[in-house]
Amino acid sequence: MGGTMIIDGRKVKYTNQKNILSVIRDAGIDLPTFCYHSELSIYGACRMCTVETSTGKIIATCSEVPRDGMEIYTNSPRIRKYRKMILELLLSNHDRDCTVCERTGKCQLQKLAKRYGINRIRFNQLIEEQEVDNSSPSIIRNPNKCIKCGDCVMVCDEIQGVGALGFTHRGTEVQIKPAFNKKLSETNCVNCGQCRIVCPTAAITIRNETQKVWDAIYDKNTRVIAQIAPAVRVALGEEFGMKPGEVTIGKIASILRKIGVDEVYDTALSADLTVMEESNEFLERFSNNENLPLFTSCCPAWVKFAENKYPELIKNISTCKSPQQMFGAVAREYYNKKDKEDGQKTFIVSIMPCTAKKAEAARPEFTHDGVREVDVVLTTQELAIMIKEIGINFQDVEEESLDMPFGIASGAGIIFGTTGGVTEAVLRRLLKDKFGKDDCEIIFNSVRGLDAVKEASVEVDGKVINIAVVHGLKDADSLIKQIKKGEKHYDLVEVMACKGGCIAGGGQPVPRIITKETRALRAAGLYNIDKTKLIKSSDENYIIKNIYEDILKDNNHILHVK
Amino acid sequence: MIKSYDDLLSMEKLYKKSLDKQRKKVLICAGTGCVAGGSLKIYEKIKSLVEEKGLLVDIDLTKEEEGIGVKKSGCHGFCEAGPLVRIEPYNYLYLHVKLEDCEEIVSKTLKEGKPIERLMYHDGDVIYETQEEIPFYERQTRLVLHNCGHIDAENIQEYIGNGGYKAAAMALTMEPKDICQIVVDSGLRGRGGGGFPAGKKWMQVLSQPNPIKYVVCNGDEGDPGAFMDRSIMEGDPHKVIEGMLISGFATGAHEGYIYVRAEYPLAVNRLEKAIQQATEYGLLGDNILGSGFSFNIHISQGAGAFVCGEGSALTASIEGERGMPRVKPPRTVEKGLFECPTVLNNVETFANIPIIILNGAEEYKKYGIKNNSGTKVFALTGNVVNTGLIEVPMGTTLKEVIFDIGGGIPKGKEFKAVQIGGPSGGCLIFDDKHLNLPLSFDSLESVGAMIGSGGMVVMDEDTCMVEVARFFMSFTQRESCGKCIPCREGTKRMLDILEKITAGNGTLEDLDLLYEIADTVKNTALCGLGKTASNPVLSTLEYFYDEYLAHVKDKVCPAKICKGLATITIDTSMCKGCSKCARTCPVGAISGKIKEPYVIDNNKCIKCGACIEACPFKAIKEV
Repeated sequence: MGGTMIIDGRKVKYTNQKNILSVIRDAGIDLPTFCYHSELSIYGACRMCTVETSTGKIIATCSEVPRDGMEIYTNSPRIRKYRKMILELLLSNHDRDCTVCERTGKCQLQKLAKRYGINRIRFNQLIEEQEVDNSSPSIIRNPNKCIKCGDCVMVCDEIQGVGALGFTHRGTEVQIKPAFNKKLSETNCVNCGQCRIVCPTAAITIRNETQKVWDAIYDKNTRVIAQIAPAVRVALGEEFGMKPGEVTIGKIASILRKIGVDEVYDTALSADLTVMEESNEFLERFSNNENLPLFTSCCPAWVKFAENKYPELIKNISTCKSPQQMFGAVAREYYNKKDKEDGQKTFIVSIMPCTAKKAEAARPEFTHDGVREVDVVLTTQELAIMIKEIGINFQDVEEESLDMPFGIASGAGIIFGTTGGVTEAVLRRLLKDKFGKDDCEIIFNSVRGLDAVKEASVEVDGKVINIAVVHGLKDADSLIKQIKKGEKHYDLVEVMACKGGCIAGGGQPVPRIITKETRALRAAGLYNIDKTKLIKSSDENYIIKNIYEDILKDNNHILHVK
Repeated sequence: MIKSYDDLLSMEKLYKKSLDKQRKKVLICAGTGCVAGGSLKIYEKIKSLVEEKGLLVDIDLTKEEEGIGVKKSGCHGFCEAGPLVRIEPYNYLYLHVKLEDCEEIVSKTLKEGKPIERLMYHDGDVIYETQEEIPFYERQTRLVLHNCGHIDAENIQEYIGNGGYKAAAMALTMEPKDICQIVVDSGLRGRGGGGFPAGKKWMQVLSQPNPIKYVVCNGDEGDPGAFMDRSIMEGDPHKVIEGMLISGFATGAHEGYIYVRAEYPLAVNRLEKAIQQATEYGLLGDNILGSGFSFNIHISQGAGAFVCGEGSALTASIEGERGMPRVKPPRTVEKGLFECPTVLNNVETFANIPIIILNGAEEYKKYGIKNNSGTKVFALTGNVVNTGLIEVPMGTTLKEVIFDIGGGIPKGKEFKAVQIGGPSGGCLIFDDKHLNLPLSFDSLESVGAMIGSGGMVVMDEDTCMVEVARFFMSFTQRESCGKCIPCREGTKRMLDILEKITAGNGTLEDLDLLYEIADTVKNTALCGLGKTASNPVLSTLEYFYDEYLAHVKDKVCPAKICKGLATITIDTSMCKGCSKCARTCPVGAISGKIKEPYVIDNNKCIKCGACIEACPFKAIKEV
C-alpha cells in the first residue's frame, strides 16, 4: 500500500509506514512530538505533530494514515503559530528551573522551546508546587516537571503490563500518579525504569546516588571496588557522542581508576558463576521433574513482578542470586580477611544498566549482619554524570584492562546483557560436546534477536529440553498465562523485564527515540565482544575454578537465596 | 409475549380500541421539570379524586375497560408553565397547576367538560383553549416528540396502541442492507452535534466483517440548559429502544448500550422499566417476533463528565476505563465499544428511526430542507418568554423560533444574542444574516455556531457578552479531560484572560492573545469538545468586539454586569455627610468631613457594594 505524498512541495514516496508522521520523518524532516513512541499505542495528546493540508485542514500526523496524492505543509505560517502556542502553553504550566534541572540540555521540552524560538512566556506561572515522590529506591517522580504526555503510563501498561501509573483529575488539574494517591513504593512498581526512558522531561529521573560513591572514595579507610555489568560497556559511549554498541569497557576501567576507585571488576564474571549454578540447578530439577519450568532470576524487575502477580510461581524461579549479588557475596568473602588485615573496609559499587538493581541490592536477604552485599548501585547514566563532573575527556581516555582476580569473563558471561544471552550461556555449558558445531549455532541463533518470544528445543542426554526466552513484562505475562493454561510447555524460561534485555534497561542513556535499532546495535556490541573472547563458555573460565576452590570452598550456598 | 408481526398488529388494534374507549384522559406531565414543580402529587390527587367518584383510572388496555385514564406523561415541553396538565378529548392544557386546583379540574372539567380559564394560556385578553392553538405549540412540528405528553410514558401498551414497534416489526422482515439504505435515503443526520449521516454510519458498520458489533445510544446530554434527550428518554423511552432495535438488526449487532448520566434518575428509571416491558413482550431478547434475531439492551450510567458525551470517551467509560477521547482513526464504526464495530448515535437520532421506517424516506424528507431533513428538538432557554422544549423542521429560522414560538424577549427588552449548541456553540446576533438563517448543520457552522445537541440560550440587552464567554469557558475548562495540551492548558488560559477582562484588568494585548489561543485550540485540539471550546470566545470576539474594547479600553461594562468595571459614585446633592459609608468601607476608599458630601476613591474601591447598602439616604450608586 504505497504511494506518493507531497510534503512541503516535495514529492515523497511512501511504502508501508503506519502514519504520516513516519513518512515525514523518513523524508528527513524532524517533526516534533512529545507523546509519540513507535512502540506504544498512539495517544495523540501533544498535538505537536500537526500539519496543514492543501485544503487548510489541520491534522495530527501521528494518527493519520498516508494517502496517495495527499499534500501537506509541515511548516506553514499557521502550523508554526500553533506549535509555538502549544509550547508556550506547556511552558506556562511547567516548573522552569532549567538551570538546576537534571535533564537540562536533554529535555525534549527545552529542546523544542529553543528550536521554535520561544523566548518569552506571556502567561504567569500557575503551578501549585506538588510533592516530589522519592519513595522508590530506583526512581524519583517530580510532578512539577510533568507535561502529562502519558508516555510513562503507556509504557508501564502496554509494554510492562504493570500499570503502576495512571491519570487522575481533569482539565488543568490532571495528574499522572499511582492510584489512590499512593507513593510509588507502595504500588506494584517493579522499578524497571522504562517510564524514565520515555519521559521527555525530568518528571521521572533516576535516584542519584553518586554522592555516596564520592564519600566512599574520599574516605581513606575505605577500599572502593566496582563491578561493571555487561550492558554498561555498549551504551555509556552514547553519553559522549559515540554510537550505540561501541565498546567502552577499557575506558571505563581507566576512568574509574582516575575517579578513585581502587579495583575495577567485571560482573560478567559473576554471570559465569551464575551459569554454573543455574545450569546445575536446572539439571537437577529437570531430572527430578521438579518445579518446572525453571524461570531465570537475574532480572530483579521480573522477580518483583512475579512476586506481585504470580506468588505461586516463586518456587519455579531459580534460587541463584543475580550476577550483581553473586559478585557482592563472593567479593565480601574475598575481602573480609583482607579488610581485617589492612584495617580497611570494602565498599562495593556496581555500575548497572538498570534501576531495579538499586532495589535489588537493598533487599533484606542481601544484607548480612548489617552489611550489604552491594553498597551502592549506580546506573550507566549516573556514571556518566560522575565522568562529566570530573571533566575527563572521554574520547581521549586510554583504555586499560580490568583488575584481577575478578576481571576475566567468558563470552557467555558478556552476552548476559541482552535478551537470550542467559539462555545461550546456559546452553553453551549444557551442549558442551556439540559446542562450535553448526547445529549448535542454529540453536543459539534461535534465542538471539528481538522477537517478543523466542523458543528452542535441545536434546541433552537423550531428553528434550524446551526453552523460551521472553523480554518485556507484558509479553512475559501472556506467556505465563499460556503456560498456566497448559497451552505451552517449557522446562526453562528466561525472562528479562526490559524489551531487548539489560542493554535497554531503565538506567541506560536515553536515546532520542528508543527504537529497535538502538537495541540491536547495543546487542551487536555485546556479541562482538563475545567474538573476540577466547573463552566462550563459563565452565572454561579458569577464574571460576579459582573462586570455587579458593574463595567459596564449601560455601556455595552464599550464591543462592533461601 | 408477542410472537409475530401479525400478533403485534392485532395487539395494536386492541390497545387502540381500548384507548379510544377512555372517554377522558388526564395527562399530567411527569418530566423532571414538572416533577420538581410537584406534578406527582397532582397526579396522586387527581387519581384519588377520580377514584372517589367510583371511576376506574388504572386501565388494563387488554380488557377494553371504560374509564378515565389518569396518566403520568412525558415532558410536554412548555416547561416555563409547569406543572402542566392536559385533558383529552378537549385538548385543554392547564398551566401552573397547583394541588388546590385539582378538585376543580375534576369537578368542572372532567365531570362537566368545562374549561377552567384561569389555568389556560393567556396572551393579554386572548385565552387559548386548546393546547394546539397556543403559539408555542402551533408553530412546532412534533414528530419525535409526538408521544411526549400524549401517552403514559411508563406503559408499553399505550406505545403499541399508538403504532409503536410496528416499524421494528416491519424492519425485521426486511434485508438489513435495505434498512440502512432507507436511513441513507432519508438524509437523517446525527442529532448529537456532528451531523454525520446516520445511514452512512450504519452502512459502514454493516460492512464490517467482525461478527460482534454493538449499538450504543448516547444519552450523555451534558450541556447546561439542554434537556432534549432527557425529555425523550423520560417521555417516550420505547421509541429510543425501537430505534436501537432496528439499528441492531440493520447492522448485525445483538447488544445495545444506552449511556445515560446518573444525574438523570428519572430517565434511567423509565428506560429500565421500558427495557423490562419490551423484554416481557418479546420485543427484546431472543428470536424477536419470530424473526430469529436477538437483541438485548443494557443501561450504562455515566458519572456526569461532559467529555463522556464524546464518542470514544463514552465507549471507554462503558468499558470501565477513564473517560478520555482517543485519536481517530480507527473510527467508532471500525473499532468502537470493546474494540468492535459500533453504531453510536444519540437519543434523538434513534428516536427518528421508527418514524423513517414507518413512513418511508420520501415522506420523512418532506420535513426540513435539502441536506438537512427532518425535525430538530431544541431546548429554548434564557431571556425568552416561552422557555421549554420545542421541535421544528430543519430550516426554520432563528427568528421564528425565538419570536414566534418563544414569544420574544420578556419585559420589553431588546434581543441581543442567541447562543446555540451548548457551551461550545457560538453566539449569534440580531441581524438579517443571523436571525433569518435557516437552522441547519451547515448554515450554523458557517457562522461559527453549531446545532450541537440543540441547546439555545436567548440573551437580552442586559447581557454582557464577555461575561457570557467567560461563563461558558469556565464550564468547558472544568470539563476538559486534560488529555491534549491545547484544550487542557488553552481553555484555562482563555478563562484567565476572560476573568481578567471582566475584572476590569484586561488590556488590548489580552484580546490578541485570547484570539491566538482560541484559534490554536480550535484547530489543534484532539476531540470535539476541545475543537469547539473556543466557539463562544471566537464568536463573541467577532460579533461583539466593541464590547470587549469597552471592557479593556474604556474600562466599562456596557451591560453593567461586570462588577470589576463598575464605578461607585456618591451623589453630592443627596449625601448628608453622615460618615456611615466611610465607616463601612472595608478598604478605606471613602473619606470626607462630617456634614459635608463624602467622596470615593475609585482606585481604592473594590466594588463590594457595602457602602451602597449602608447609606441611609440612597446617595451612593453604581454606574
